[in-house]
Amino acid sequence: MSTATASAPAPASAATRAAVKRRERRAGWARRLPLLPALIFVLVVTQIPFVITIVISFMNWNAAYPDDIAFGTLKNYQAVFTDSDLLRAVGVTVALTVGVVLVSAVLGLLIALLLDRKFLGRGIVRTLMIAPFLVVPVAAALLFKHAIFNASYGLLNGLLTMIFGDNAPQWDVMTDHPLLAIGVVLVWQWTPFMMLIMLAGLQSRPLDVYEAAMVDGAGPWAAFRFITLPHLRRYIELAALLGTIYIVQNFDAVFTMTSGGLGTANLPYVIYQEFFVAQDYGVASAVGVIVVIASLIIATFALRTASTLLKEENR
Amino acid sequence: MSATTATPGGSGNTTVPAAKAPATAAAAPVRRRSGRTGRTLLGLLAWVVSLIFVSPLLWMLLTSLHAETDASTNPPSFTAPLTLDSYKTFFGADGGVNPWPFLINSAVAAVVSTLIVLVLSTMAAYALSVRRIKKWSDVLFFLLSTKMLPMVAGLLPIYLIAKSLGILDSWLLMIIVYTSMNMPIAVWMMRSFLAEVPVEVLEAAELDGARLPRVFMKILLPLTAPGLAATALICFIFSWNELLFASVLTSTAAGTAPVFLTSFVTSQGLFLSQVCAASLVISVPVLVAGIAAQDKLVQGLSMGAVK
Repeated sequence: MSTATASAPAPASAATRAAVKRRERRAGWARRLPLLPALIFVLVVTQIPFVITIVISFMNWNAAYPDDIAFGTLKNYQAVFTDSDLLRAVGVTVALTVGVVLVSAVLGLLIALLLDRKFLGRGIVRTLMIAPFLVVPVAAALLFKHAIFNASYGLLNGLLTMIFGDNAPQWDVMTDHPLLAIGVVLVWQWTPFMMLIMLAGLQSRPLDVYEAAMVDGAGPWAAFRFITLPHLRRYIELAALLGTIYIVQNFDAVFTMTSGGLGTANLPYVIYQEFFVAQDYGVASAVGVIVVIASLIIATFALRTASTLLKEENR
Repeated sequence: MSATTATPGGSGNTTVPAAKAPATAAAAPVRRRSGRTGRTLLGLLAWVVSLIFVSPLLWMLLTSLHAETDASTNPPSFTAPLTLDSYKTFFGADGGVNPWPFLINSAVAAVVSTLIVLVLSTMAAYALSVRRIKKWSDVLFFLLSTKMLPMVAGLLPIYLIAKSLGILDSWLLMIIVYTSMNMPIAVWMMRSFLAEVPVEVLEAAELDGARLPRVFMKILLPLTAPGLAATALICFIFSWNELLFASVLTSTAAGTAPVFLTSFVTSQGLFLSQVCAASLVISVPVLVAGIAAQDKLVQGLSMGAVK
């Protein structure tokens, strides 16, 4: 074929080039074909609704007043930015997410360090540690709300009575610190997740570097500070960012434990409430758009972390 | 062990100069022995921590096995007689709400959506790793970014569209929602598993004239079977756990187990032992799936970024 194109006159070579290009294009589509069903499915079901949400957020639309639907208003965004409940929901979401991610990441790292070394029954301990993550979120929230934090017969106050007798302090966590109660459940469930990622990071350390450091007289703390921690940095970032993505979206715990009462409503709960209870589709969509924009900002960082890991793997 | 306890103060004193001086023959065994005690203690600590973490789960199990009167006492009655009454009540012995339709709805939505996800994501992952398209990493990151946007923001349009199509409260709707929810994770996971298949194996098969379906069945599937299983289990877990969409998009006909769990409490008042029994029964499939997939759990949850 190469000799043909080299010796043939100009129009013929153009024709072959077109044929090659056509064949290349067909091969390109043959490669793309297996990707398309999944991609189209995701585009249609997850992306088109976002576009519709943006449109509705500029509409005057309350399901209770079906005759009063109009397009082209900034009223919903005004409502969002002036409504103190909604602003509080932003604060609750940030506090809950940052608190849970920080606490569970630190606990997860410490437990991963414990599990990194060999000891009797390490496999069993690892399985036990994962178990909280594998409780259905609604079930975990119900368990803590009723069986542990209940003021009159929960396990927490029961243990206090057992230890301190009849004059034991009795805590009403669900009434006095409802957000803390939600945070505890989330930490209980997400620490195993953090632990798993940190443990994977620890076990991918190059061991020869440690041996060299030990020969050079480095103590365990120095080895941790100057070798383990820098190596773990990306894993810690990844764990924190993935945790953030999941916990920002948390709905189950808030819904089950407090139904958004006592100042615990976060943004996903507010969207649910505006839509399902207040039936104000416009405001619900405006909150949705804001949550999406906030998530995009977090996601940009997460994607950057994920892409460095991907590049490393393909090197 | 006995040697270290015999010289408890001494071991600390001898290791300090040993670290400075060029390692002497006498100091090395001492340090190793104190290290062993430390390791035993740290192992013990790991056991204690894991038991603390699992204790709420054990309390749930114990409470579910107690009679209601023993379940709600202060101080707790740890040694009360065990009974299966709560499980019997849960499964409708006293003419309460029958949980089976909800469990079946959950199983259908989770299993069918998982099967669809597996087929489509494996195909997509093939185009993103084995026979790559040009912009494969752009596609991967687009898929990942969809997973990072809160699905709750698309809830209202999905509700309105489903309502106009007349598929609210149906298996079909929940299968579509859960398929799209899990597709990005599954593509990322399957891509990382397919990428582990050595190129030489595929090239050898192609030289032998094997066509794509044959390469798939004879080489790719057997080599990625553990990954495929882990992907399936993780998709199953996410679908089974989901509450928000199920509670808005379903009611009586296609209501799922988590929806049943929330309504179970509000409709029947508080029966502590029963709540624990119900929570445990509904969590069992996830616990089994998760423990079966535990070795690949990290890879799935981090979307293939961590091995």
